[in-house]
Amino acid sequence: MQYKVPVMSEMVAEGKIPDVVFWIGCAGSFDQRAQRVTIAFTKILNQLQINFAVLGTEEACTGDPARRAGNEFIFQMLAQQNVATLNNYGVKKIVCTCPHCFNIIKNEYPQLGGNYEVIHHSQYLQQLLNEGKLKVEGGVFKGKRITYHDSCYLGRANGIYEAPRDVIEALDADLVEINKCRTTGLCCGAGGAQMWKEDEPGRKRINEERTEQLMEVYPDIIAVACPYCNTMITDGVKGKEKQDDIKVVDIAELISKANSY
Amino acid sequence: MNFLTVIQILLFIGLVGGSFFVAIRKFKEIYDNVNKGRPEHIPSTFFFRLKSMLLIAFGQKKMFKLTFPAFLHLVIYVSFVITQIELIEIFIDGFTGNHRILYHAFEGNALEKLYVFVINFIEILSLLTFFVTILFILRRTTFKVRRFQMPELKGWPWKDALLILAFELTLIIFIFMMNSGDSALEMKEHGKDYGFLLSGLFGNMLTGLPNGALFFIEKTGWWGHLCMVMTFLVYLPYSKHLHILLAFPNTYFTRPEPKGEIHNMPAIMHEVTSMIDPSYKVPATDGEIKFGAKDVYDLSWKSLLDAYSCTECGRCTAACPANITGKKLSPRKIMMDTRDRMEDLTRGRKLHGPDFTDNKSLLGDYITKEELRACTTCNACVEECPVSINPLTIILELRRNMIMEEADSPPEWNNMFSNMENNQAPWQFSPSDRLNWANEMN
Ligand code: SF4
Ligand code: SF4
Repeated sequence: MQYKVPVMSEMVAEGKIPDVVFWIGCAGSFDQRAQRVTIAFTKILNQLQINFAVLGTEEACTGDPARRAGNEFIFQMLAQQNVATLNNYGVKKIVCTCPHCFNIIKNEYPQLGGNYEVIHHSQYLQQLLNEGKLKVEGGVFKGKRITYHDSCYLGRANGIYEAPRDVIEALDADLVEINKCRTTGLCCGAGGAQMWKEDEPGRKRINEERTEQLMEVYPDIIAVACPYCNTMITDGVKGKEKQDDIKVVDIAELISKANSY
Repeated sequence: MNFLTVIQILLFIGLVGGSFFVAIRKFKEIYDNVNKGRPEHIPSTFFFRLKSMLLIAFGQKKMFKLTFPAFLHLVIYVSFVITQIELIEIFIDGFTGNHRILYHAFEGNALEKLYVFVINFIEILSLLTFFVTILFILRRTTFKVRRFQMPELKGWPWKDALLILAFELTLIIFIFMMNSGDSALEMKEHGKDYGFLLSGLFGNMLTGLPNGALFFIEKTGWWGHLCMVMTFLVYLPYSKHLHILLAFPNTYFTRPEPKGEIHNMPAIMHEVTSMIDPSYKVPATDGEIKFGAKDVYDLSWKSLLDAYSCTECGRCTAACPANITGKKLSPRKIMMDTRDRMEDLTRGRKLHGPDFTDNKSLLGDYITKEELRACTTCNACVEECPVSINPLTIILELRRNMIMEEADSPPEWNNMFSNMENNQAPWQFSPSDRLNWANEMN
């Protein structure tokens, strides 16, 4: 299949209106690892013939790291710019592969006049599975032990615990839970703008601690649903020199791989 | 009424009146402190509030995340509430100079059974509480529970925790002295006692003592019980045990928003809008605009109520990723510092008048920037708190001040800020490259 990435401005110029905007986020756009997730999810959208668009170069950072670091000015500048862009195109529905983008657009853009239906890709995939639109071919993951790392901004922040698990359970694999999961899941260490700085002085790094917890169940795959968790846990696994035995994979990649997209 | 009874009534009124006077003055001080916070509208319905309060405070829902301590705590909590029923009679007796007025009023009719049942219930719970309290003391002193071994508990908080447990033990001993001495006397004088299971049993063992001694035991128990309750009342507002009261309003005002949402700053929003669109009219605001919080009264009243409601249980800190990995940040300490700062300011105002300042502030002198920088905004602390406290809100308000007023941010964050400003991404990539990933689609 020839995959396409429809861009909002071009679609509008052709008089077309997408049903949903795929919000890529900065990690998904620029981080090499996260780009693979963006591509995997775009392939799924293509395969299911979903009428979507991306904003392309009109997308800007949501402002999340600035706001959480305490810099409200930069947040407001970026957020108001994004709200203007989205409102200008009359966007109604947004899907994000990043829980931070998801949280801030869903919960914090409304105060700035940006009201949209915002869902995370785990929820979107769950819906598509439930509606029977997305079918998963088993096989590739048969017998594999998969554990899921809860992202703070999906889980505690927004109460989304089941959607990513439903997606994993659609595969022909074993979902094994670690002790500290769901509400008690430990942060990967990247939130609150920690991604962009060193840990404060302490005994160890947070991602190391979290990776140890995840490794307790001897997984073949650690599934994630956030680009920052992905980076942090990947680094953690590398630190333990286990990168050949344990793969850190986003749920969108699991699906696209299972279906060999 | 004989002379001794009059003296007793006067003593009783003096003790109870004095205690209430002192306690209420302190409670008022706390109320005023909370009201000094910034306004915050909590957008929840009455039904949501009631539900939160009943489930979380009354039903102790969150406590049951850790089953064993929750059970022990529940025993103490129920026993504390139920024991107060006996106080009703103590109060009536105290004011009127009577002795077991309710028992004698009910004697012979159906309510007598109920009375005996209630006292039995109190006594059995009290005995159970006695053992639970000893377990709690051991847990604090002997078993090394990590969340009770942290630096912020050194000194007063440590003593506070043990003191109250000692109170509890003394109170229970007094209850049993009172009821057992009384039962023994009743037995000797009327040939039958009240029918209390436990104190009847203890009383039976005491019948060999002279009546004077029994009377002394009973009265010591009665006055001791009363004195402990009054001491507790006066002591409460200085202690973490204030949570037994404040847990109710604090859970009533649980914030209904998703935990991931942080509060907007309308002043900055308007300013930025007017930068983008010069024709935009910024709504008038009253007073100076301060970015975030430098000191306690820059926080919202809910954050201040949070601080007074903290039980110092450390469940937040035990779940905090920064703390677990050895960083200085401890969300419990954030709450304790906020309360201590308010108390220090209150003391200062009492000594030096209402305009008291000491050139200190919550940010910097109580909570260091290193602590603030360590937070990942993961909400684990908020999730764990058994009384709906949100340490993260305070952390974020202080961070806002640190970054925007003091312009004190780690160099990596400064880089990130300038990238976001110039490239609309936290990394140094050109905005025109945003869609480059699409070239690798096929
Ligand atoms: S939100 Fe901050 S303070 Fe609270 S648990 Fe997470 S890192 Fe610790
Ligand atoms: S903030 Fe809540 S969880 Fe933390 S110590 Fe206080 S009461 Fe316990």
